[in-house]
Amino acid sequence: MVGWLGRRALETVSGLGDFALFVGRSAGAMPGSRRLLRRVVRGVYEQGVLCLPVIVIVGAFTGLVLGLQGYYVLNRFGSDGLLGALVSLSLVREMAPVLAALMLVGQAGSALAAELGIQRNSEQIVALETMGVDSHGYLVAPRLLAALLVFPMQTALFAAVGLWGGSMSGSLLLGVDPGVYWSSVERAVEAADVRECFIKATVFGVLTMSICAYHGFHADRCRSATGARAVSASTTRAVVHSSIVVLAADYIITSFLV
Amino acid sequence: MPAPDLLLHVKDLRKSFGGRVVLAGVGLDVPRGCAFTVLGPSGAGKSVFLKCLAGVLRPDAGEIGFDGRPLGFDDRAARAEFRSRCSFLFQNNALFDSLTALENVALPLEQTTDLDDREIRARGLEALRQLEMDEHCDHYPGQLSGGMQKRLALARAIVTRPELVFFDEPTAGLDPLRRNAVFAMIAKYQRQFGFTALTVTHDVVEALVASDRVALLDHGMIGFEGTPAEFSTSDNPVVRGFRDSAEALGRSLAAIRRGENIHPDDA
Repeated sequence: MVGWLGRRALETVSGLGDFALFVGRSAGAMPGSRRLLRRVVRGVYEQGVLCLPVIVIVGAFTGLVLGLQGYYVLNRFGSDGLLGALVSLSLVREMAPVLAALMLVGQAGSALAAELGIQRNSEQIVALETMGVDSHGYLVAPRLLAALLVFPMQTALFAAVGLWGGSMSGSLLLGVDPGVYWSSVERAVEAADVRECFIKATVFGVLTMSICAYHGFHADRCRSATGARAVSASTTRAVVHSSIVVLAADYIITSFLV
Repeated sequence: MPAPDLLLHVKDLRKSFGGRVVLAGVGLDVPRGCAFTVLGPSGAGKSVFLKCLAGVLRPDAGEIGFDGRPLGFDDRAARAEFRSRCSFLFQNNALFDSLTALENVALPLEQTTDLDDREIRARGLEALRQLEMDEHCDHYPGQLSGGMQKRLALARAIVTRPELVFFDEPTAGLDPLRRNAVFAMIAKYQRQFGFTALTVTHDVVEALVASDRVALLDHGMIGFEGTPAEFSTSDNPVVRGFRDSAEALGRSLAAIRRGENIHPDDA
C-alpha cells in the first residue's frame, strides 16, 4: 500500500513536470512557427465559431434557471428587486467562466485531444518531425493562442446570454419590472467582478486546452490500451482532468481575488 | 579502386527495448545516388533501424555519419541540416487526412522554407504532376486509392528535393501487382530525381530487381551486403536461409493459387 502510494506520487510529480515541459515547449515554439496566424485563425474557428451554439444554449438555460430560482428565494424576503444583482453576480463571478470552460472542454477540448491522438496513432506527428517541422509549434501553439482569445469572448457571451435568460424568466414569466432588473444588474456588477471573470476565463482556457493537447499528443503513452482505444482513453482523460482542473483553479483564483 | 562517395555511414548501431535487443551493432555504408535496400524478415528490426537513422528513435549506441559529418542525436544543428536534406516515406504513408493532396505536398514547403504562397503552390502542383497526381490535387487522402496515397506520400517526400529518401516497408499490405508497381515507381523516380534511396522491405524479388545494392538484416546485425547479383548467388548461410524461405513462400502461394491445401508450417 505504501509502495503503491509512493509510486503514484512519483508518477504524478513526474507527469506534472512532463506537462510543464510540454506547455513550455509549445509556448517556446510560437516565435519560430511559420504561418502561425493562419493556424490561430483555424483554432479560433474551432473553439469559437463551432462552439457558439452550445455556449448560447447553455448560457440561456443557466440564466433562465437562475432567474427562476432566484426569484422564488428573493420573493420570500420581499427582495425580488435584487434579482438582477443575484443573476449577474452569480454569472459574472462564477457560473459564466466555469460553465463556459466546461462546455468548451466538452466540445473543442475533446475534439482537440481526439484529433491529436489520431495524428499520433497514424504517425502524422512523427512525419512532421521527420520533415523538420516542430510538431509543438505546428499543432499545439496555435490552439493555445486561440484559447487565450476565445475563452474570454465565449465567457462574455455566456454571461450576456445568461443575463438575458434571467431577464426573460424574471420579467416575462414572473412579473419583475425589466427596468428594475437591469438597473439592479448595473448597480451590482463592478469592474473588479468583470476583471475576475476574464482572469478566470483566460486561465481556464490555457489550462484546459494545454491538458487536452497534452493527452492527445501523448496518446501512444496510454498503458491500458492501444490504437483506437488509446485515443478514446486519452480523450476521456483529457476531459476529466480538464474539468477537475477548472473547478480546482476556480477555487484557487477565487480565494485570491475575493 | 577509389573509395565510393558515401552519403550515409552507420557504425555499430545498437538499440534495445527493455531487455529485447533489436539492433545488435549494425554497420552500413550507403553510396550517394544509390538505390539501397535492407532486406530482412518481419520483426528483424528494419523499421527500428530506419527510425534510428531518421532521428525518430534514439539509438542506445553507435555512430551515424551523413555526407562526411557525424550526426549525433542531440546535435540540433546537424539534425536540422540532415532533416532539410532527407525525407521519410512511412509504411502507412502518414498523410494528413484533414488536408487535401496539394496541402499535404505543400506542408513541408510552407513550414520549412521562406517561399511565398504562389511558389509553394506551383512547386506542390509540379510534384503532384510528376507523380501523375495533379488531377487529384483537391482530393483528401481518404478519397484516394492505396496506390494513389503511396504516390501522394512520395510526392510529399520529394517536393523539398531531398538528397536521401527513407522508404519504410513501402509495399507492406499490398498485393503482388501493386508491390511491383511501387518498386517500379521508386526505381523510376530515384533515377529521375537522382536522390539516394534507402529502403527496408521483406520483398526479396522486387528489391533485387529495383536496387543497386542490398543488405540483409538478421538477428540485429547485417548478415550480408552486396549487389543483387551477389545476393542471388551467395553461399552465405544467412542469405541462403532467407532466400530459401522466400522461395518456399513463393511455392506455397503458387500452390494456393492452384487450389492445393497448404499446412501453415510448409509456407
